[in-house]
Amino acid sequence: MTVSGVLGALLLTSCSLIGTGDDDSAADPSTGTSGGAEAGGPVVLVTHDSFSLPKKLVKQFEADTGYELELRSNGDAGSMTSQLVLNVDNPLGDVAFGVDNTFAGRALEAGVFAPYRGEWPAGVEDFALPGDDEGVLTPVDNGDVCVNIDTAWFDAEGLEPPQTLEDLTDPAYEDLFVTSGATTSSPGFAFLLATIAAYGEDWPTYWEDLLDNGAKVVPGWEDAYFVDFTAGGGGARPIVLSYDSSPAFTTTDDGSETTTAALLETCFEQVEYVGVLAGAENPAGAQAVVDWMLTPEVQAALPNSMYVFPVVDGVELPEAWAEFAPRPEEPLAVDAAEIDENRDAWLTEWQDLVSR
Amino acid sequence: MTSYGGSGARRLAGLAALAVVPTAVLGVFFVLPVTGMVSRGFVTDGALDLGGVLEVLGRPRTRRVLWFTVWSSAVATTIAVLLGLPAAYATHRLRWPGRRVVRACLLVPFVLPTVVVGVAFRQLLGEAGPLGFLGLDGTARAIIAGLVFFNVAVVVRGVGAAWESLDARPGEAAAALGASPAQVFRTVTWPQLRPAVVSSASVVFLFCATAFGVVLTLGGLRYASVETEIYLLTVQRLDLQAAAALSVVQLLAVTVLLLLAARLRAVPDATVTRRAPAPRRPRRVDTVPLVLTALVLAFVAMPVLALVTGSLRPDDSWSLEAYRALSGRGSAPGQGGTALLVPVTEALVTSLRTAVDATWMALLLGGLLALLLTRRSRSRTERRVRSVLDGLFMLPLGVSAVTLGFGFLITLDEPPLDLRDSPLLIPLAQALVALPLVVRTLVPVLSGVDDRLRQAAASLGAGPVRTLVTVDLPVVWKPLLAAGGFAFAVSLGEFGATSFLARPDDPTLPVVIFRLIGRPGPLNDEMAMAASVVLAGTTALVMLLVERLRVPSVGAL
Repeated sequence: MTVSGVLGALLLTSCSLIGTGDDDSAADPSTGTSGGAEAGGPVVLVTHDSFSLPKKLVKQFEADTGYELELRSNGDAGSMTSQLVLNVDNPLGDVAFGVDNTFAGRALEAGVFAPYRGEWPAGVEDFALPGDDEGVLTPVDNGDVCVNIDTAWFDAEGLEPPQTLEDLTDPAYEDLFVTSGATTSSPGFAFLLATIAAYGEDWPTYWEDLLDNGAKVVPGWEDAYFVDFTAGGGGARPIVLSYDSSPAFTTTDDGSETTTAALLETCFEQVEYVGVLAGAENPAGAQAVVDWMLTPEVQAALPNSMYVFPVVDGVELPEAWAEFAPRPEEPLAVDAAEIDENRDAWLTEWQDLVSR
Repeated sequence: MTSYGGSGARRLAGLAALAVVPTAVLGVFFVLPVTGMVSRGFVTDGALDLGGVLEVLGRPRTRRVLWFTVWSSAVATTIAVLLGLPAAYATHRLRWPGRRVVRACLLVPFVLPTVVVGVAFRQLLGEAGPLGFLGLDGTARAIIAGLVFFNVAVVVRGVGAAWESLDARPGEAAAALGASPAQVFRTVTWPQLRPAVVSSASVVFLFCATAFGVVLTLGGLRYASVETEIYLLTVQRLDLQAAAALSVVQLLAVTVLLLLAARLRAVPDATVTRRAPAPRRPRRVDTVPLVLTALVLAFVAMPVLALVTGSLRPDDSWSLEAYRALSGRGSAPGQGGTALLVPVTEALVTSLRTAVDATWMALLLGGLLALLLTRRSRSRTERRVRSVLDGLFMLPLGVSAVTLGFGFLITLDEPPLDLRDSPLLIPLAQALVALPLVVRTLVPVLSGVDDRLRQAAASLGAGPVRTLVTVDLPVVWKPLLAAGGFAFAVSLGEFGATSFLARPDDPTLPVVIFRLIGRPGPLNDEMAMAASVVLAGTTALVMLLVERLRVPSVGAL
């Protein structure tokens, strides 16, 4: 009895409980009493930990629809997909954003999503997932994983910079390339897929050549870019795996030029999707979120919030992006179903190559 | 006669009541999620599939991973002990200005988030870093250095606490009889110290074998330990069978280690009053341990200093810009882009709030457990039940945060246990991590209370609560406070479990640091380092306060 008494008293003074209580009541003074609760209620958006959108947009969404948007995130895109698949019978939320084309096959196969297709503005169709016959996934954003180079470094050294995947195995560029691992990072896996798209069954030979030429493999994109890349954090390697948007972040102080460039022949396209979860408690709210992701406001906010390009045509890009982040015309691609089928075999073989 | 039997039954009922809360918490928040996760791997299409699990264990890669885990942990443990012993001596037996500050500093790495340390190490060891010429980046040696960095503190604390309370008189007698310092150490000091050394070493080995962040960031991809492999198998491959097989191997190994450690711990009878010797001034023979301590301090300080200088030098000139930016949400080029959903300062507040909760939970659970564990056992069965409980609550130390995190999501998802969104989930997970430290701090103190005092109080008519307040509390309040401080610091730095459970709009400081590292944008990197410095500073402050309480058993596992 004393124990439960003490426990009760402690629960009353609990910081977390009181703290979140405050947050909730502060967040929805407008929706709480307005009577919109009947049509609204909470809608839970499951996403990865890179998700970010301006608070103002979220507030606007809640005011317009009467729903309360609750975010739930657990790890990166891969981790999120795994959790969605594990919890398929009792979904973690109503709607999920952030499953990309390299993981979509796994989610589709497990039946994570329920069919829903809203109004798609012009341009979205181009990014629809091939093989999504039921129409469960809606494209939201895209970006290309490309090899980047420190142009300033190559100028200073008087060395002709590389251009293609093949060039990276050229002894002229020995010990100059750093990439993140396919087993530990999503861009790393995209790069492996790029080489598979380019070399087909011979990709292991390409990787052997690449590793023989001193390519360095580190766990995460941030390790590669901020520790090893010459233009990122003062590392020692002028060639790095990153994104086609990265050069927009390495502009000179006056903003007149950028000091890095993406090699547009080495790019693999990543598309991120949103979808209503099968068994959602609030399917109407989930559909509202899917539609909201394609609104001009959200699409325009994507570059600055999540470092990705919008899928809707005609959305204005930030200045630096428009100027310094040219995009590949025909990025390399591998079919989602094929990825799903071979993922384990590819990753196992890749891992063996790298740890040999 | 009958009245004796009645009081015996009541006593047992009382003990069971004490055990209910901690056991229920452990059952729901540890046993249930972990078994849920493991059973998913063992059951294929509704049938138990042991063959599949055995097949996983036979894979050459699994064997390689197991072997690497064992040998790297063994080497790291050996080095940590060799470096920790002289430092334990110098900071606990010798009196010199600043030794308490040094003790607190040596403890800081233990509670720093591994992501932060991983990046700091890579900045030092990377090809272009100040120590890049050593060529350590991505090698097994770098991993071992990282493991030693984290765990020297455990040895310093554990062995230091034992050394501090060693009676100096036998050694002095031996010296007076003509024994050389080396002889005194070998024949008098070492035999008394050995249990503490072996016990610390086994705990260090446990920490090394279950390390995650260090191996992943420092080892590149050439090396995988059991822990990183479980992460990859679960998160990236969704190969639950293989993950479950490794989890079970890990659990078994951890159990064996804990049993071993429990046997070797053999605390000297705390009820015997001993004269704790006052630390003395250093003599000439102490030069070697003092120099070694300075080296250990330098080794521990280097990555931290790398963080400090990094945070103070955005754009290659000294400024506090990164610290000022902490009240904001990071940057992304363009109009009003931000890297984070909340300002870093808000994350700090969340961290502190969560840590307060984790602390009272750990103290409540740990206090109850310590009470339970230190009551004199009246039968063999009782004693056995106690030691099982004792070991059970150490297990969270040895289980992968991934298994636990995923387990939470798949088992705590239905009423009455739909706790996936509970704000108490994160503090509870952190409390479980801090729990063994709290228990280990309190047990020696409580067992030092003469049970006859409690009996006397009871015979004078005091109820169990009154007895607790008048007999145990006066002795235990300081250690309780110290254990609380330690739990607070552990909670502040906890990253593994928290990163799985934290809500994106309400992250803790380590989670925010990790996100800042992963976002491009001017100053984000420096902000991450500045936030790490704030975190390390807060931790050091808490540890310094704990030091001031002068509880010898704090942090000794």
